[in-house]
Amino acid sequence: MRLIERFFKEPRWGVHPDDHKRPAADVPLRMLPQPARVHMPLQQHVGGAARPVVLVGQKVLKGQLLAQSQGNISAPIHASVSGTVTAIAEVTAPHPSGLGFAAITIESDFADRWIDTDPVADPFALAPEEIARRTAAAGVVGLGGATFPAAVKFVLGRRLGVRTLIVNGGECEPYVSSDDRIMRDFPEQVVDGARIIMHAIGADESLVGIEDNKPEAIAAMTKAAAAFPEVKIRPVPARYPMGSDKQLIQTLTGKEVPADARAAEVGVLVHNVSTCAAVHKAIRLGQPLVERIVTINGAAVTAPGNLFAPLGTLVDELLAFCGLAQAPARLILGGPMMGTLLRHGRVPLVKGASGILAFDAVEAAVPEVGPCIRCGSCTRACPMGLLPLEMAAHIRSGDLDGAVGYSLSDCISCGCCAYVCPSHIPLVQYFSHAKGELSARERAKLRTEAGKRLAEARLARLERDAREKAEVAARRKAERAAVKARVPAPQPQPQEAST
Amino acid sequence: MLIAVASLTVLGLALGSLLGLAARYLAVEENPLEAELQALLPGSQCGQCGFVGCAQAAAALARNEAAPTLCPPGGRAVAEAIAARLGIKIDLAAVRDDGPQLAFVAEDICTGCCRCSKVCPTDAIIGAAKQIHNVIREACTGCGACVDRCPTEAMGMVPVPVTLPHWIWPRPATV
Amino acid sequence: MTRPVEMPVAAPYAATPNSVSRVMIIVMVALTPATLFGFWLYGWPAIYLWMITVGAAAGGEALCLQLRGRAVAPVLLDGSAVLTGWLLALSLPPWAPWWIGVFGGLFATVLGKQVFGGLGQNLFNPAMVARVALLISFPVHMTAWVAPLPIVAAAAPGPIAGLLITLKGMQPAFDAVASASLLGFAKTELSRGIDLAQSLLHAPIQGWYGSRAGSLGETATWLIAAGGVAMIFLRTITWHIPLAMLLGIAVPAAILNAIDPARYMEASTHLLSGGAMLGAFFIATDYVTSPNTRRGQLVFGAGCGVLTYVIRTWAGYPEGVAFAVLLMNSLTPVIDSYIRPRIYGRNRQGVALEPGR
Repeated sequence: MRLIERFFKEPRWGVHPDDHKRPAADVPLRMLPQPARVHMPLQQHVGGAARPVVLVGQKVLKGQLLAQSQGNISAPIHASVSGTVTAIAEVTAPHPSGLGFAAITIESDFADRWIDTDPVADPFALAPEEIARRTAAAGVVGLGGATFPAAVKFVLGRRLGVRTLIVNGGECEPYVSSDDRIMRDFPEQVVDGARIIMHAIGADESLVGIEDNKPEAIAAMTKAAAAFPEVKIRPVPARYPMGSDKQLIQTLTGKEVPADARAAEVGVLVHNVSTCAAVHKAIRLGQPLVERIVTINGAAVTAPGNLFAPLGTLVDELLAFCGLAQAPARLILGGPMMGTLLRHGRVPLVKGASGILAFDAVEAAVPEVGPCIRCGSCTRACPMGLLPLEMAAHIRSGDLDGAVGYSLSDCISCGCCAYVCPSHIPLVQYFSHAKGELSARERAKLRTEAGKRLAEARLARLERDAREKAEVAARRKAERAAVKARVPAPQPQPQEAST
Repeated sequence: MLIAVASLTVLGLALGSLLGLAARYLAVEENPLEAELQALLPGSQCGQCGFVGCAQAAAALARNEAAPTLCPPGGRAVAEAIAARLGIKIDLAAVRDDGPQLAFVAEDICTGCCRCSKVCPTDAIIGAAKQIHNVIREACTGCGACVDRCPTEAMGMVPVPVTLPHWIWPRPATV
Repeated sequence: MTRPVEMPVAAPYAATPNSVSRVMIIVMVALTPATLFGFWLYGWPAIYLWMITVGAAAGGEALCLQLRGRAVAPVLLDGSAVLTGWLLALSLPPWAPWWIGVFGGLFATVLGKQVFGGLGQNLFNPAMVARVALLISFPVHMTAWVAPLPIVAAAAPGPIAGLLITLKGMQPAFDAVASASLLGFAKTELSRGIDLAQSLLHAPIQGWYGSRAGSLGETATWLIAAGGVAMIFLRTITWHIPLAMLLGIAVPAAILNAIDPARYMEASTHLLSGGAMLGAFFIATDYVTSPNTRRGQLVFGAGCGVLTYVIRTWAGYPEGVAFAVLLMNSLTPVIDSYIRPRIYGRNRQGVALEPGR
């Protein structure tokens, strides 16, 4: 690895918030003891929700298929513990609204019995389509948080002739260190998974981007990749949001992904390091995705660190294991910059959960919102080159189309603008609100058009009914007239018989 | 003097024929405003505005014989859009907007008289005579025509329930 | 599912330690050395005028907030009204009567800021709006400069005498102190037909460290520049506007001075006189009224500089910074709408890039 390749100019975009990763990142990985119960949500990925294929009361083994994927962009769900299915019902979703979604509840029998897996000794002898099929069947999705089904990206990558695989070891969010841990403790799994993915998509090289605030991970990965010259470790400057795929692609390859296009169209594909490790397990060991490493951090946690936990475990149980010094003032799933607010801890751990943060009152303090002073800090911080102050001003006055005119659709909701704002304006909330309103408007328009079509169809039906009635009436009249014409009119004499 | 007369005559003839050609070939067939306004209305022909259908309501709006707030099922969004198109200022707070609503049938009260299904503009109510009726939610436009027709008051309107994929972040409070 | 009751707070759940008050305080600290030096040079009347102007500005803001039904204390504590009054005070003649300060301060916050909707909503720089209003309404008082007279000198007025000057106007005992500013002197002489080569020999004394007749902000040019550079290092302002404005003044000055030194003053004289430094570092860099993008700021700064030079040289007033800044403020929305940053994945016109391999 040459020094010149290591040198990257500090980017002008983005922000550099306080890290807060250590000491949690340095604590050795702990295994969560078997939970008594897990709740497996049917939607832990982008795309169609999975459809259950088990019944209440059925006994399942660890790794058994619980729900199969629906449609082209979907992923199956597998049991993370062995036991009995006790319910298929709604649980609270990890979502700020507090609304619920469907999940399959399994009571654990504590036996931790795996299904019969189908390991593969030499993944590189498999056809790429087979690798994609096995990855899809194992329910592997993007574990960096995007949760896009990995196999769909393999097929896309092969179809568009992608030559470079970028492995995302950025982990730019403060507090979170699950990717750091997996790179330190299981670097050979990550490297092997990356090589399998390269084989599946037909790539020649793989660039592993790791932020330079993780020197131990860089060292471990360099050692594990030493035997494979096609896997190159590339430290990148630590700056949020370096882990965003558009920014990472630009930093590592200098290429810019065009607006509204996919990364594959510039010849690269991005996968998270944890996703690579999951692919390794899915292909080499035949194990579906049923557990992950999650960081438990925040000032309210007594013993912060990384946990290896089965999916579906309640967040409360994870926090209880690490110990809570006080009731958290705020619970976040993910990192503080783009994470999901949790109203309470009775939500299950999902595939995309890289961290659970329990903030105390100091960390959770919401500063007073002031007026926009047009300082332009947000513009300088925005990694996409947008004008957040203009978009927010238009949204504030209800002019959503004006905000779209400032390229609202290019916003990646990274939170850099809201972070640097000296008036602490909740800019990302304005943009999320506007994007939601615009989607709702689109849906309403489609609904109105459908309503119009239905109304026209009804008018056509009524017309048809009236026409048919008229035809029937006319036919009957004609028949009666014909009958009358053939038979003479009945005479008043009673002895005249009528035919 | 002759030149002056001649030039003005030629000018008059030329410009006049240009106007005539324009009137022939560039004439606007119908008032496009009506079509635009009709596109803004929900199109369920429910009649709550007092006009026979959405086309008549659009014509009345174009002639300025109706207020932009004439459509109850359209709520604030439609009132705002119509007012914007016509360049009229309206007080949006005065427009009743209960949000999108759907009709529902209370099944234990329904007698199966079929009066509601006959009046629904999108055929969203299913049910045969003497059978319990029900509303197809995807087809219901929330016009409310059925609620008044039901002799046993089995029909009502409920707000559209918010589901996880359709939840929207609220707009932050203005300072 | 039950409907959620409280409104959730959105990400990010981390924030910068920066705040509006912190920005204002940094600017005020950057102004302090120059202000204190100005107090030293002009004595008690200057101190009183500064206090009155800042007080009137804050008072105007408080009055407007009361009328609008808003809480007064949180808004006043963000420091923006005090800073507006401070900048205005630095651009006034130091021995101006009290009502100039009161009128100016009220005009700045009430008509220059609050009627637009408060902080962040105004189109024009409030301090410059007030200064121009004062200049046009009271031209005599606004051009009555005094030569510097250190506060400890025997001839300088003491606290009570200074208060009298501020309250009642110039006292006969201090008539000898009255002076003209360099720019005013040069322009008057040029209009009388005396060219620079001769007039500058008799010009008011110009100490390079600032003991020249002028406003508080004019005399301590180097201290102002130092404060401005400190703000650039603290990332409160960027270098684009100051550099562009100073070049906008210096480049035409140097060119014209090389062509005809008898009619056009040197670039260094221009940069060190009048409100050039104060304008470049503190006035034109006002967040609210300057463009958001770096390139836009360069255009804005250059425009301010060139307009300042044009007004100083060919227009009716000897000092052009205030007018130049106001004119460029009116162009800020136009600059912002045409000069936008390039969006990732799109070209300068906003069209998506072609996927290259």
